[in-house]
Amino acid sequence: MAERISLLEAVEKKEALLEPGVYFMQGNIASVEAALIAGCRFYAGYPITPSNEIAEHMSRRLPQVGGVFIQFEDEIASIMALIGAAYGGVKSMTATSGPGFSLMQEGIGCAFMIEAPIVIVDVQRGGPSTGLPTLVGQGDIMQAKWGSHGDYEIVAYLPSSVQEMFDLTIEAFNAAWEYRVPVIVLTDQRVGQMIEKIEVPPYEEIKIVVRRKPEVPPEEYLPFDSRYLVPPMAAAGEGYRFHVTCLTHDDRGYPTTSHNISRKLVSRLVAKIRENEKVIGRYESYLADDAELIIIAYGITSRAARRAVKEARREGLKVGLFRPITAWPFPYWGLKEHVDRGAELLVVEINMGQIVRVIREYYNNITKIHFMPWAPGEVPRPSDILLKIKEVYPR
Amino acid sequence: MSSLRVTTIRSEEVKKLLRLERFPHIWCPGCGIGTVVKCYAEAVLKSGIPEEKHVVISGIGCAARAPGYLKLDGLHVLHGRPIPVAVGLKSVKPDLEVTVISGDGDILTIGGNHFIHAIRRNDDINVILINNFIYGMTGGQYGATTPLGAITTTSPYGFIEGSFNVPYLAAALGANFVARWTPLHTKELVDAILKMFKVDGFAIVEIVSPCLIYGEMNNLPPLEMLKLLKERVVIDHEADLSKIDIDLRDPKKPIVVGNFVNRVKPSYQTRYMEIIKKARGGK
Ligand SMILES: Cc1ncc(C[n+]2csc(CCOP(=O)(O)OP(=O)(O)O)c2C)c(N)n1
Repeated sequence: MAERISLLEAVEKKEALLEPGVYFMQGNIASVEAALIAGCRFYAGYPITPSNEIAEHMSRRLPQVGGVFIQFEDEIASIMALIGAAYGGVKSMTATSGPGFSLMQEGIGCAFMIEAPIVIVDVQRGGPSTGLPTLVGQGDIMQAKWGSHGDYEIVAYLPSSVQEMFDLTIEAFNAAWEYRVPVIVLTDQRVGQMIEKIEVPPYEEIKIVVRRKPEVPPEEYLPFDSRYLVPPMAAAGEGYRFHVTCLTHDDRGYPTTSHNISRKLVSRLVAKIRENEKVIGRYESYLADDAELIIIAYGITSRAARRAVKEARREGLKVGLFRPITAWPFPYWGLKEHVDRGAELLVVEINMGQIVRVIREYYNNITKIHFMPWAPGEVPRPSDILLKIKEVYPR
Repeated sequence: MSSLRVTTIRSEEVKKLLRLERFPHIWCPGCGIGTVVKCYAEAVLKSGIPEEKHVVISGIGCAARAPGYLKLDGLHVLHGRPIPVAVGLKSVKPDLEVTVISGDGDILTIGGNHFIHAIRRNDDINVILINNFIYGMTGGQYGATTPLGAITTTSPYGFIEGSFNVPYLAAALGANFVARWTPLHTKELVDAILKMFKVDGFAIVEIVSPCLIYGEMNNLPPLEMLKLLKERVVIDHEADLSKIDIDLRDPKKPIVVGNFVNRVKPSYQTRYMEIIKKARGGK
């Protein structure tokens, strides 16, 4: 496990962090304040709706805590700059939306291969393409998983409230630095831009993961030491004289075409996440224990679904909600007991079918999987979901 | 012959900066990249900046393999993207001396957008651009510095696009330091790199470099290229940069080299210190 320190170190330095307390705040802004508390001191980004509040607030807040903000020429530069900052040992973040997220994909793969911990907030809007810049969508679920080429694993959180924009941004930094991977906060326009109550807990209660530094002398240091699942990370300028590359490489960071080394490297890289899927993956269930139909919904959609569940219950239908908090790793195990006792599933998401494919991968032919696709641009109303519940409710 | 002895000692020292376990290197016989790496290493040794504070960053290509042979902190990243990586690192660690060594395709073609904006922002990084007029690594396709008429694997009938005049472009964009040298000018190149280390802001040196792959397709094998450079190079620090485009095929056109621009203008990273002061209410 990486070393954990309390936030008090930053507080001792009298950095202007958001103090514990209750606030009425926008989701995007909450994500910024959480990032600063998590120790983020570098932001690189390119403006895009509906993520702009993040860049704007960062440009004002980062210099106040001694950090650096740069608005780059594009999202490609932005994601690469994060890798540079990460190898300076500094926590870094960017924010974007669909089109910009697409431009970042090659860089996300690079960060995975070179084991650079970085955080990307993707405030999903309607697609495809330029689509609906100001309106909601949940169409980047699969892009987050498969958008870059080659074999990799990604961690992506699905906040459904302003509180979770705060909490999960901190968790995203923790996962990034625990596993040396790129991590995505996969939010949506509604959650990013809504304003609601949040509570910043006392700093002592906020766990912060910091870089695990090498403990060997420079001559013995291997940047990709495969004796570890997650190798300790030297930062530039510390005297370790590391070489790192996004070519397939050995433990020393030297390029190689050896199939044996390629196998070892790729296996370890994906194992960092796969072996920890149950540590990272998270979900929440609501009225699911006796439910005959379980709705699967996330982000803003889960809030409408929750309301629909309540109304269905009022009408005597045994309906529950399963809300994945991580899209990746997908917490499939949380559904097992319900499926085993015969519950049917109904997936509701603002896209034409993304998470439903994952549900089918695990539970096809085991139970009935219903699907309610919803085109981008608006959130399904609880009444829309209730209609679908009645249509498919098992009898 | 004391000067000779000094050179020998220096070579030994340079060796200590190399990852010798990785030799033999991948570069073709006659390629200019190795010489540039040696000059950079020499400059690092002479810089007075501790070796561990030097970081070398590259994209993908033959030139971009340079960091892999240097015993310094090095990042070998995506094709076209070493500049933003360097900017990110330099911005969070201003005490590091961050240098990009890469090819013309990497820095100027696929990475052209980062190049122009890093100069506009005046990011405090050094760029050593090895211009071999072609994409070496991928087998000889054309790029943004390929000379008109040149035969490449993707311009089998001759190149018709036109090419960047690198110093003119960099100077027009406002780079603080702009130079051009060749692998024949090792002393001058070391000196130029040392000057670049001192610049607060964007500094670039273009190296006009021989390439076996370019040579094979254009009757200009590395040895001939070096002869051509020897015959046609003119050192002119005051040159009119608009006239120093390179035409390898015109025997009358000089190849102008020199330290063309050295101006003082604070970098983004220096100016950002003022932003931090402002944001903290003058503290
Ligand atoms: C995004 C992307 N596109 C294309 C490539 C293939 N590629 C690798 S190196 C290279 C060109 C290298 O040319 P240059 O930068 O001039 O360096 P040289 O090899 O000549 O030193 C290309 C096109 C790649 N690696 N990534």
